[in-house]
Amino acid sequence: MKATTIARLLVVAFCVGLLELLCRTGQMPRLVIIPPSEMFIAMIGLLRQPQILDSLAFTVMVVAVSGVMSVVMGVLIGIVIHATPRLREVVEPVLSAYYAIPNFIFYPLFIVVFGLGAPSLIALAVLFAIGAMVIATIDGLDSIPPIYRRVASVFQIGYRKELWHIRLPAAAPYLLTGMKLVVVYAFIAVIAGEFLLSNKGVGHEIAFAYNNFDNASMYGLILLVILLILLINALLRLVRAPGSRGTELAR
Amino acid sequence: MNVGVRTVGAVPHVTLRGVSKIYPARGKNAAVHALGPVDLDLTRGEFFSIVGPSGCGKSTILDLLSGLGGPSEGEIRCNGMDVGGKVPAGVGVVFQDDASFPWLTVRENASFGLRHNGTDPAVIKERVDYFLNFVGLAKFADAMPAQLSGGMRQRLCIVRTLVMKPDLIILDEPFGALDQQTRFLMGDELLRIWRETNATIVLVTHSLDEAAILSDRIGVMSARPGRFLKFINTEWERERDSRNASTPRFGQITSELWSVLREESIKSMGRVEAR
Repeated sequence: MKATTIARLLVVAFCVGLLELLCRTGQMPRLVIIPPSEMFIAMIGLLRQPQILDSLAFTVMVVAVSGVMSVVMGVLIGIVIHATPRLREVVEPVLSAYYAIPNFIFYPLFIVVFGLGAPSLIALAVLFAIGAMVIATIDGLDSIPPIYRRVASVFQIGYRKELWHIRLPAAAPYLLTGMKLVVVYAFIAVIAGEFLLSNKGVGHEIAFAYNNFDNASMYGLILLVILLILLINALLRLVRAPGSRGTELAR
Repeated sequence: MNVGVRTVGAVPHVTLRGVSKIYPARGKNAAVHALGPVDLDLTRGEFFSIVGPSGCGKSTILDLLSGLGGPSEGEIRCNGMDVGGKVPAGVGVVFQDDASFPWLTVRENASFGLRHNGTDPAVIKERVDYFLNFVGLAKFADAMPAQLSGGMRQRLCIVRTLVMKPDLIILDEPFGALDQQTRFLMGDELLRIWRETNATIVLVTHSLDEAAILSDRIGVMSARPGRFLKFINTEWERERDSRNASTPRFGQITSELWSVLREESIKSMGRVEAR
């Protein structure tokens, strides 16, 4: 294990230990926060409840659907904007200010149009995540070395094949970064949206526990969400664009 | 007298007549007369090199020859057909920059053009295996380009061109990023490929040594707008390699090249300094 990894783990262990100590010695009131060890025990207990597992499955499903829709639509929109300079001139300022607009303000509209439940959550998550994918696609297509387009011209492969076999693979590092952001943004939007737009899901369960002063369940669920996002991030870090990792074979 | 046009011998593979290239004004930048007018005949199977000062339009002439750009004036014919800004059949181009695709293996890179023109998979395998072996990359067939050295990646790009069996191979400073020893060895390999394929080769290079060792004929270009000032026949045998660098003839060729090029390089540098 690398020294930096060990240092990071030590910082986390120190913070958790400090919180445990403050809670156990009464420096932090139990009404505000419970010790991390109790959070963990509560989380394990919650994972044995079918209702919580259903909520977890619901949240993961909504995040997955939102993520796939955001990636597919984001890439397509990015390609169209990149290929249409006039459209790009118009849209680019909007894109750069995209995350200045709090998308959650549209939740009343989603309730009216889609009702409570998965469709509203998906709409909210797609709206929140798609901007990252569009921007990543445009940046990725901008980053392609001009030499690749010259190679495509020499081989006379046409625009569609060039897009599919050269441009998108060449933009893959950017697209992967966009996808990682989409997953994170979709998760944030779905969990937050479930507080308001759903009668299911982990976010809804957290809100329910909070409203019932059930600190153990609330913190158990919060810990579950944190661990889930850490796991997803760790998995996303393993994904790399093909060819981006090279071993010293011939140098 | 236009020394680039041959009046005797075989039917030319490629002809340029009165070819000019003017890049139009863009915004605050004035129009640039990059090339010409130039006339040139390339004999089938000839190894022709172009040398000239920086910015003289060497790469422009390659773009025009390969159909990657159209001339502002004049006519370019390849195998008797008007090139007219379209890449003609049978033309392969090797660029100065590393143009291997990092997301494909060496074998997938080498077969890229063939896979996209509907060639039979058995033929693809046969040709790719042959040329990878020919340039010493066979054992790296499943490696990624990032695992290869710069010289090996450039050989891979050459293979990707060769498997298409072009009869005109255009090379734009393909060894520009390599050290001198590797350049000489790559030059020997290029000569071997040239003899093997009987293709016509057009090489643009900054290196007078490289041009002198490799070529049948060398065209020396003026400072911008590029025109051919002189054509030098090297008179080498077809069977040749970099050991020619130790012959008196090599010295004669390079000094002849430099005597023409020196004035033009000074003009070119003056323009850069005056900017």
